[in-house]
Amino acid sequence: MSAREEILARLRSATSDATDERGARGPVPRIAAAGESAEATLELFVDNVADYRATVVRCTPEQVGVEVAAALARGRAHTVVLPADLDAAWVMPAREAGLRLRPDEGPGGDPLTADELDGIDAVVTAARVGIATTGTIVLDHAGDQGRRALTLVPDQHVCVIRVDQVVHDVPDAVTVVDPGRPLTWISGPSATSDIELDRVEGVHGPRTLDVIVVG
Amino acid sequence: MSELPVQATSATFLGMPSFQRAAKDALANTQQRRNLAHATATIRTKRAAVVGEVEGWEDLRVAGAAAKDEALHHLPDYLEELEANLTARGATVHWARDAAEANQIVIDITRAKGADEVVKVKSMATQEIELNEALEAAGIAAWETDLAELIVQLGHDRPSHILVPAIHRNRAEIREIFVREMGGVGRAAPEDLTDEPARLAEAARLHLREKFLRAKVAVSGANFAIADTGTLVVVESEGNGRMCLTLPETLISVVGVEKVLPSLEDLSTMLQLLPRSSTGERMNPYTSMWTGVTPGDGPQEVHVVLLDNGRSRVLADEVGREALRCIRCSACLNVCPVYERAGGHAYGSVYPGPIGAVLNPQLRGTSSEVDKSLPYASSLCGACFEACPVRIDIPALLVKLRTQVVDEASGRSAEAASMKAAAWMFGDHRRMEAAQRASTLGGRLLGGRTLRSVPGLGAWTQARDVPTPPTQTFRQWWASTHGDDPDAGADEAASPVAGPTGDGVDEATPDEQGATDHRTGGGTAADAESRDPRHTSGESS
Repeated sequence: MSAREEILARLRSATSDATDERGARGPVPRIAAAGESAEATLELFVDNVADYRATVVRCTPEQVGVEVAAALARGRAHTVVLPADLDAAWVMPAREAGLRLRPDEGPGGDPLTADELDGIDAVVTAARVGIATTGTIVLDHAGDQGRRALTLVPDQHVCVIRVDQVVHDVPDAVTVVDPGRPLTWISGPSATSDIELDRVEGVHGPRTLDVIVVG
Repeated sequence: MSELPVQATSATFLGMPSFQRAAKDALANTQQRRNLAHATATIRTKRAAVVGEVEGWEDLRVAGAAAKDEALHHLPDYLEELEANLTARGATVHWARDAAEANQIVIDITRAKGADEVVKVKSMATQEIELNEALEAAGIAAWETDLAELIVQLGHDRPSHILVPAIHRNRAEIREIFVREMGGVGRAAPEDLTDEPARLAEAARLHLREKFLRAKVAVSGANFAIADTGTLVVVESEGNGRMCLTLPETLISVVGVEKVLPSLEDLSTMLQLLPRSSTGERMNPYTSMWTGVTPGDGPQEVHVVLLDNGRSRVLADEVGREALRCIRCSACLNVCPVYERAGGHAYGSVYPGPIGAVLNPQLRGTSSEVDKSLPYASSLCGACFEACPVRIDIPALLVKLRTQVVDEASGRSAEAASMKAAAWMFGDHRRMEAAQRASTLGGRLLGGRTLRSVPGLGAWTQARDVPTPPTQTFRQWWASTHGDDPDAGADEAASPVAGPTGDGVDEATPDEQGATDHRTGGGTAADAESRDPRHTSGESS
């Protein structure tokens, strides 16, 4: 008997006493906090993102470029990688300030290698969803967010999220995302508490997370 | 339990002494006790605060338990659904009956890729099967990339906590390990390394980055596997998980069969329960989800090894299967008075603490010293059940396992013998009074000194101090303070329905007096007597 058949047979015999039909528990209860208002949800989102020691600013759509450039200046970034479909207006002031902006493309036209990404200081992306109760941004790595390595290897991640993308609680976000895509949920910068439970920001992921909330 | 195979007890743990003996050594380690007391108290406080923020916490716990029960009761169906969805999305699914089979699958895939090393994101399942040791024996280096796991690996040590495996080490020890060991396996620690946590984390970052950037194969576990989408989920904090799940060409995930969740909606329940219970955060810094292969993004070869290794046996126990709900949050460790003092190593497994005390004997059977003793590694105080986000009734499972251990013991166990003696004593009030009078002799001889051990009660007193017996029995004390009819007074004191003495005298109830006046004697004898002896006799027979 193959391992597959044997394990399935073991598990069938192990559960032979279970009389409940599959799915008999009914629909999964949706247990989520509700926001009092869209503005209260936004404030909670901003508070909780900041609580993770990420930098969070709110601005109008016209100010995004200025805020992105300011965030990159705070992070002392010189080179920045950009996802293919990022709104060009978001990085115009940074470009004008002389930062080196690169598409995710090596000399041969292939995506950047991990080593090439390692030489880049920062990345600017959009987001798919924000979650207020947890201070989380969710990336689904669509064209304006880049593949997963882009927001992982550089030391600073500047993430732009629109107010209409912010939901109140985790179940709200789960209903929005497409599980067929790779998903990265980010709550603050990379952190560890493994040494005497002292929290240290910045281990392997970006050490700096800037969230710009637009609208 | 059924005839299904147990998990082969690891060679590392075969020679483990019983929990009580291992705990006794651990108790003498004051550094570890201090570290653990600080860590568990800190996490307990954080957890309480963020759990308190959630209005429907109890509803979430119930929903979490229901999701796992649904998956467990129909596990073969959900596994087949998971397999079909994974395969449709370009992943390759393997099945492993036991540790040896799972390790061989990982070795074969790694060799087929021509790799002689793998990077690993912390995984309880791969620790359980001792994959690192198997890879090493096959000439493949396995690099742990979680900071705590790196400390444990470089220190040639064992993890002692589920969430913070190196919590038994302090910063000075960690610095020493990094300085001594890093250079031998890759980039050496900086020469001016201090014991500041930020500097130590930086050293780990530099040491591991070269491994991340060159690795061709990564090995992970999974916190959850979603049947209806084929999605695997890993939660972490440092980004080492993302590195492993994203940069290498090939990803191998070893997933215990109990990790399956029916649907994405169930994941939303779990993502609310897990981080708050585990790290005491509203959400952990990074959660990664992937469904098979995504062209142009991440590993282009994705393998999933579905692991039994004793789980089907646990599942076959209709009471004990509840332990398979465990989502490895470690909340039960942080609230356990036994874990806090004994530390994780005494449990002889990668699963320490209350859940380990249940899970290890279930998975491995109760033939080894350590597995026989683990059901007794508990005060049965119930804090672990209260903390468990999926409502595993750990104390009830421990009691059940104790019965099993006693039943399996050849000949009469010490516990069975003492229970029989207790039944005899409680069966007649004169015997009990005689025993109590005898015990006060010990109290008078000892004075205030603490008893460290009692001959004949070795297993019980090895890791516990025994209360000093009182110098007089409750009845003697009652007679000396309440006149000449000890039996009448004692009966009133003992009866659960009797109120204050019925003679109209305005005085404190006997219980209250006992609590205030009887302070020197230790409560044991008085406690025993405050129960109706006839009732007690009925319970124990």
